[in-house]
This record gives sequence, structure tokens and C-alpha cells, in this order.
Amino acid sequence: MRLYRALLHLYPASFRNEYGDEMTALFARRRRDAGWPVGVLALWLGLLWETVGNAAAVHADILRQDLRQTARALRRSPGFALTAVLVVALGVGANTAAFSLADKVLVRPLPFPDSERLVKLWETVPGYSRMELSPADLRDWAAMSHSFESTGAFVGVPVNIVGLGDPQRLDATRVTAATLPMLGVQPVLGRLFTAAEDRDGAEGALVLSYALWQAQFGGDPAVLGRPLAIDGESYKVIGVMPRDFHFPDQQTQLWTALRLGEDAYQDRNDNYLQGLAKLKHGLSLAQARADVAVVTAQLRQQYPRENHYTGANLYLLRDEVSKQARMLLLALSGAAICVLLIACTNLANLLLARALVREKELAVRSAMGAGRERLMRQLGTESLVLSMLGGVVGVALAMAVAPLLARLVPNTLPLAQAASLDWRVLGFAGLLTAVTGICFGMAPAWRICRKTDLSALREGPRTGGGRRERLRSALVMAEVMASVVLLVSAGLLMRALVRLQGVDPGFRSDGVLTLRTALPWQKYGATTRRHVFFTRVLDEVRQLPGVTNAAYISFLPMVMRGGIWPVDVGEHVVERSEAHTSSLRFVTPGFFAALQIPIRMGRDVEESDAPDKVWTAVVSESFVQRYWPGQDPLGRHFQMAFHDRAVVGVVGDIRVRGLEQSSEPQVYFPYRQVEDSSLMNYAPKDLVLRSWAGLGPLVPQIRRIVHAADPEQPVSDVRTMSQIVEDDTGARAVQVRVLGAFAFVAFLLAAVGIHGVLAFAVSSRSQEFGVRIALGAQRGDIVWMVMRQGAILAAAGLIPGIVLAYAAGNAMRALLAGIAPRDTVTFAAAVTLCGLMTLLGSLLPAWRAGRVDPMTAMRQE
Amino acid sequence: MIEKTPQPESFLPLPPATFHILIAVAEEDRHGYAIIQDVEVRTGGALRLSAGTLYRSIQRMLEQGLLVETQERPAPEWDDERRRYYRITPLGARVARAETRRLAGLLKMARDRGFAPGRA
Repeated sequence: MRLYRALLHLYPASFRNEYGDEMTALFARRRRDAGWPVGVLALWLGLLWETVGNAAAVHADILRQDLRQTARALRRSPGFALTAVLVVALGVGANTAAFSLADKVLVRPLPFPDSERLVKLWETVPGYSRMELSPADLRDWAAMSHSFESTGAFVGVPVNIVGLGDPQRLDATRVTAATLPMLGVQPVLGRLFTAAEDRDGAEGALVLSYALWQAQFGGDPAVLGRPLAIDGESYKVIGVMPRDFHFPDQQTQLWTALRLGEDAYQDRNDNYLQGLAKLKHGLSLAQARADVAVVTAQLRQQYPRENHYTGANLYLLRDEVSKQARMLLLALSGAAICVLLIACTNLANLLLARALVREKELAVRSAMGAGRERLMRQLGTESLVLSMLGGVVGVALAMAVAPLLARLVPNTLPLAQAASLDWRVLGFAGLLTAVTGICFGMAPAWRICRKTDLSALREGPRTGGGRRERLRSALVMAEVMASVVLLVSAGLLMRALVRLQGVDPGFRSDGVLTLRTALPWQKYGATTRRHVFFTRVLDEVRQLPGVTNAAYISFLPMVMRGGIWPVDVGEHVVERSEAHTSSLRFVTPGFFAALQIPIRMGRDVEESDAPDKVWTAVVSESFVQRYWPGQDPLGRHFQMAFHDRAVVGVVGDIRVRGLEQSSEPQVYFPYRQVEDSSLMNYAPKDLVLRSWAGLGPLVPQIRRIVHAADPEQPVSDVRTMSQIVEDDTGARAVQVRVLGAFAFVAFLLAAVGIHGVLAFAVSSRSQEFGVRIALGAQRGDIVWMVMRQGAILAAAGLIPGIVLAYAAGNAMRALLAGIAPRDTVTFAAAVTLCGLMTLLGSLLPAWRAGRVDPMTAMRQE
Repeated sequence: MIEKTPQPESFLPLPPATFHILIAVAEEDRHGYAIIQDVEVRTGGALRLSAGTLYRSIQRMLEQGLLVETQERPAPEWDDERRRYYRITPLGARVARAETRRLAGLLKMARDRGFAPGRA
């Protein structure tokens, strides 16, 4: 019998209470009739089956009823429904968007099998924690260490392709034969590189990315074996990678074999290879680090001149996310959680207020026989329906803003940039929605129903107060707190952005157009050939209307941040620590004028700086500061990039590494003073020109000029210099915008919360106000009373909010570009906004309170 | 909340259990066990309603207004346990009649096409 009663718990409580006794009595009869023991067994089996089926049906009946009632109730108050759905949508949307990013970038393993064993290899020298490897060092690491199953290397090189319509410039990556197989991804078509194809002098082979295959060959399988000219050399297509394969970044469109020759291993200080290795099974990263440390120590002994300062650093490929990118994402996630918290408390508040207003209705229903459990279920269904609607809208919102957030995916990871809507993200959104609906919707329902009895029928709507109002006040305090944290965080980041954008890059970017004509070294290895090309192109470009200056340089500032070289001013030690490196660029005459970089002493490089004259250099002010402080630098000599150079000029410093980082001193060499086929990577490729007329119309004319000079030479990367400077803080600007939007939403929601609490308090105290006024209280006093209540609420949230905001600011100090986490301006602004929010929230209720008519208010009694 | 009296046809077709319960309470008020017994006797033991099916149906029929619970207590010898008695409402009666008409119509159609009982 007890067992049967237990079975009845499958039914809803309301049903059980109503019919449980009679069903038990019926069961007793059947049990008596059933006999022993086969009949009893049959009875139980049948019973089990029947109860499960019927209980489910009863639950479904109730759900249908509740849904109908919910639909009716929400139709009756569309304003409430809309607000609640919107509130949930904002919370879920913000978090879904943040999660889809953070999950992809920080949590999920990379899309390669065994990706947890893939490590990135770096050399270290004082001041540089991640420096590329020289081929010789990489070869020795691979041979002497015992930690790796295989090692590979790659280097990104944009290439010129001829044979696909117009000559094109594409991002390619040169890889060793071992590199792609290490990733464990099979090509969809053809094969990967063999060791034979990776030898010096081997015939050119290339693997296409899926995107390039689709775009240029229409997905034609016959592409295998097709010849293509890359930088003037002939290659054959041997394979096509799958659609979602990205390596080492999203931009790479094709891969070729690295084909290192013996001469590549000569210079241990020629660091340009990215090292990749796969750990042996069961080996930890720490063990591998220790192992490689032993190897670098041996190499230090063996090559004291080149490797004196060289160390090693290994990171999981997964963790190749800069500290900054990680912080940006964490800050975003934190902000999203704040928004969710505020949204949830607001929803709880809305539901609570609504439940209080409906208390009478609920009491009536309870008096008519609806059990507490039925009422709770009804309220719970309502909040779940609301939160589910909100969840759906939220996911849609998150998908809508995904392209905006895509810029926060660091391109150092082999991932597609666009966030994808997959089951993890959907599951997360669903979970959030359910938690929101259940915790923040059921809690008010439970509070109300616990108290629902006939007392509500006897009393007026006045009885909202006491503990429930305290709960609501606490919720509003939490909202204010979270919005203060968001306002301050957004404010700090905004200040940091403004400060960075105000940093002088050292050059003037407005009115400057840049584009790239990267000359293939096979064709332009001879310095004189490049000289002919540059002279012809620059001469014609300078003739274009509006153009005042035009010049070529190796790499544009803020685009290429590296390109550094050790400097030797006479000690004859090759030291690559930060204190002895400078960024190296080759320029044509007129570069400083084009970017309006001031010449402080001496002169610009000139056409007369020919290979047969004294080899010269122009250096930046910080270079002089470092080596010859307080002395005349002109005419002094130093060693850099295999040659002795004489200083002929000093120019202002520029921000090569962007506005956020400090840059090495700069050294500029005349473009003609370099040996044939030497330092080809540093050969000038970026054209900069200054014009007082519009820049847009110039582009087609320049294309024509380049085409006339060399029909096989593509023009790429057409951008204005202003764009480049702007992009330098681009990710930050996106983040500030997102966080600002979050803060704004939080601000609005908190104001709504304050308004809700006060409005409710005012309506439930209108009789009291009436009495007060009748007894001679001034209306101003009443208004003041309400405003004060609002101010107390705000202050109670503001104070812990400020403490938390300070902590948050401290945590993201690295993002603040020197702005102190206790920045007075920001905090003052946040406090002012908080005051404004309080004022906004309490204005209407206070005004209403002041207009209470004593006669009407008391007659309600 | 004033709701219109629903049309009997809107309930059709009735679930078999509902129809049987309506028939069982057509002439006199009965409690749950009596309904089960009545159905069992009338169908010659072919249909034996389970407690769950019975009360689930009853709950829904109460909500739909096909049945009401009565306050009267019949003969004391029956009233040994706390029992509820159910009475058919005018709406319930109209629904039962409508269902009968529907079934009769159906039967006639089947007969006209040669599906006479006993000749299957």
C-alpha cells in the first residue's frame, strides 16, 4: 500500500491530493481481488504502466492549461511581457555572444587531432620572449632534444601569382614537409608535400586552401597538376585542404614547401622560422621545456658568439593567444555576466512586482481550491515561457552581433574568424535561459505562494511591504552595483583608447596612400633591377596630379612590427638583447618627407648613396640617445646587417610597433646599398605617397603605372596610412564599443529597477501619503521622501560597486595603457551617471507621490 | 471571466473512457468505484478502467463542465469511506447525445456499405 502511495507521487500534487485517497481505496479492492501471487505481479506490472502513462497525460493537461493561461495573461499585459522578454534577451544575448568567442578562443581544443600535443617553439633573448628560430638552431633542437615526435617549421610569405587572370598577391605559408602531416588533417584532394619536394632545388609544389580552390578554380578536381607561376617560379598544384583547415592563421591561402638549402643554415642569427613540434606521447610541456633548455645550454657552449643570449620557450599551440587578447575576452565575458546578473535581477523584480499586484487574483484562485503547488506551477510556467522567448531573441541578437565581435578572435590562432552557432553555444544559451527562468522566476513565485492565503483577500493591495520589499531593494542594489562596475570598466577602457589614439605616431598619416608591390626575388634579386623598377614607378607616380611626395620602404610602420637587427657600435659582440637591436628598413629618397617625419640633423638618403660610395644610414633620435648621448652622431660608424655604415642623418622616432608598445630605435639604409640577393626580405615593397588631392582616384592610375613597368607585378594592400593607424587600435575600439553598449544596457536596466521599486512603494503607500497630506505635510516633503528612498537604494549599491570596480580595474591593468585603475575622472563620471540614473528612476514615482489626492486616497479604504 | 457555453460538437469525438463514464452516470450519481464496476458489467468485463484513467478523465470532465461533484450522500451502507459522487450536467448529457448521434451515423454508413454485424 505504501508502495502504491509512493507511485502516486508521479502525479502532480494537486491531482494526488484530490484523488489520491480514492485511488488508494480502489487499489486496495483490486489487491484483495487479485489473489496470490501471480495475480499480484500482473496487477503491479499493469499498474506501473498505467500510472506512468496517465501521470504524463495529467502533467500534459496541466501544462496545456498553464500555457493557455500564460498566453492570456501576457496578452493582457503586453508591456510587461515585452519588457521581460527584452530583459532576458539582452542578458542571454550578451552572454551567448561572449561565450561563443571565449569558448572558441580560450577553451576549446584546436581543430586538429592530438592538438594538445602541438607546441610552438620560440627562441628567447633578453627583451624578446618570442623570437623566431634560425634554421640552424631549429635543426639542432630537433636533432638534440628527445621530447618531440616530429618537428617542423613554417614561415608566412605573401607571394605574387601569375596565371589566374590578373597577377595577384596572396598570403602563402612555406612549410617543411613534416609540418602539415603533424597537424593530422588530410587533404580533400591530392596529397601533402614529400620530403623530396622539400629539398633545395626541388620542383615547386603547392597545396591550395579550400577557399582559394573554390574561388579561383571553381572547385574543379582537375586542378591537380596544374602549373602556376609564383614569384616567377613554376609550381604544380599537388593538393587541396579541407574547408575548415586554417594554418597558421585565417589568411593563408596556399602552402608551398620551404626547401631550405645548405646556405640557409650558415647564419645562426637569421631568425625567421616559426617552429612547430609534436610532443611524444605522455610527455608534459614542462618536461619538454626542460629538455630543450638543456639543448640550448649546449648550443650556447658550442656557439658562444651567436648563441650567447639565446634561450628557448615552448608554448602549447592552443595558448598562442596574446595576454591582451585573452584579457579582452575575459573582460568581455565578465561584462556579459554583469549584464546577465542585472537582467536576471530585473526579471525577478518584474515578476515579483507583478505577482504582488496579482496577489488578490491568486488568493481568489487559492480560495477556489487551487493548491499552492498549482499556483506555483502556473507562475513558473509563465516565467519559463518568458525566459524562453527571451532566450530565442537573445540567441538571434548574439548571432547578429557576431560579425562585430569576430575582430576579437586573435589571428595568431589557426581558427576561422567568424563565430559559429553550434550545439555548444546553443546548449549554453539554453542552460542560461533555463537557469534564468527557474531561479529568478520561480523564486518570486515561491515567495508569493508561500504566503498566499485568505489574508490577502481581506486586505487591500497595500500589503506588499515588509520582507518582500526588502528583497526587491536588495535586487536593485545588486543591479546598481553591477552597473557601476560596468560603467567604470567601460570608462577606463575608453580613457585608455582615447589616450592611445592621442599618442603621436611620429609621422603624419592624413593624405597618405600606401600600397604594396612586392618584387619576387627570383626576378629582382639584382639591386640594379630593383633600382630601375623603383625609379620608373616613383618618377611617374610623382607626376600624378596632387602627389607631393612618393617613396618606397621595406615595411610600413604598425603593419610590420618586427624586422629588427642587432647593432654593433664597435664592441664586436653580436648581442641580440633588446638593448642592442634596432628596426631595420631600406628606403628610397623622400620617405621622410612623404610621412612628414622630421629630419633633425644631416640629410635624407639620396640617389647618390650608390653601392660604390660610402655605405650610409639615417638613424632615429633614440638610436643616437642610446649609443652617443650628447655627442655629434654624424659621421660615426656602426655595424649592422653584415656591413659597416656611416651615419648621415638623424630623424624623429616613429611608433613602428604601434601605439601601445615601445619600439626599438630605427635605422634606415639607402635602397641601393645592398648586395645582390642579400636581405631580400628587407627589399622595399611598400609605396607611400602624399597627395593634397583625393587618394581614391590615384589607385587605378598607379596600377597602370606598375603594370606598364612590369605586367606580371601585382598591386596589393591598398590602404591609407590613416586606416593603418586606426586599425592599430581597432580591436580595442570594438571592445570599448561592446563594453560601452553593455554598460549602457546595464545603466538603463538599473534605472528601470529603481523605478520599479519606487513606483510600487508609492502605489502601495498612497493612502499613507494621503493621510500625511491631510494632516498638513507639504507635497514637497512627500516628493523628497520618495527621492530619498531612491537615493538610499542607489548609494547602497554604489559603494560596494565602487570597490568592485576598482578591483576589476586592477585586474585589467594590462589593458589600460597607463590609465590608473583608480582614475578619478572615470569614477567621478560613473558616480555622476549613477546619480542621474537614480534621478531618472525616481522622478516619475516621486511626482506621482506628490500628486496624491488625500480624499481619493483615503476613500479607497 | 465569462465564457460562452461551448457547443457539444466541439467535444467530439469523445475518448472512449469519457463516453463510458458519461453513460455510467447518466441515470444516477455514482462514485469512482461504482463507475468502474458499471463499465465492467455493461461491457461484460471487456473494459476495466484503471484508477488513473478514471480520475484523469473525471478531472478533465469536471473542468470541461461535463460532470459535477455532488454534495448529497446516498445510502449510508455505501458511504463507508470518504467518497465523492459525480453527476452528469446538462452539457454532459448534450455531449453524450451528440456523440451517440455521431456514432449512430457512422454505424449507418458502415451498414449501408455491407459491414453488418455478424457478417464480417
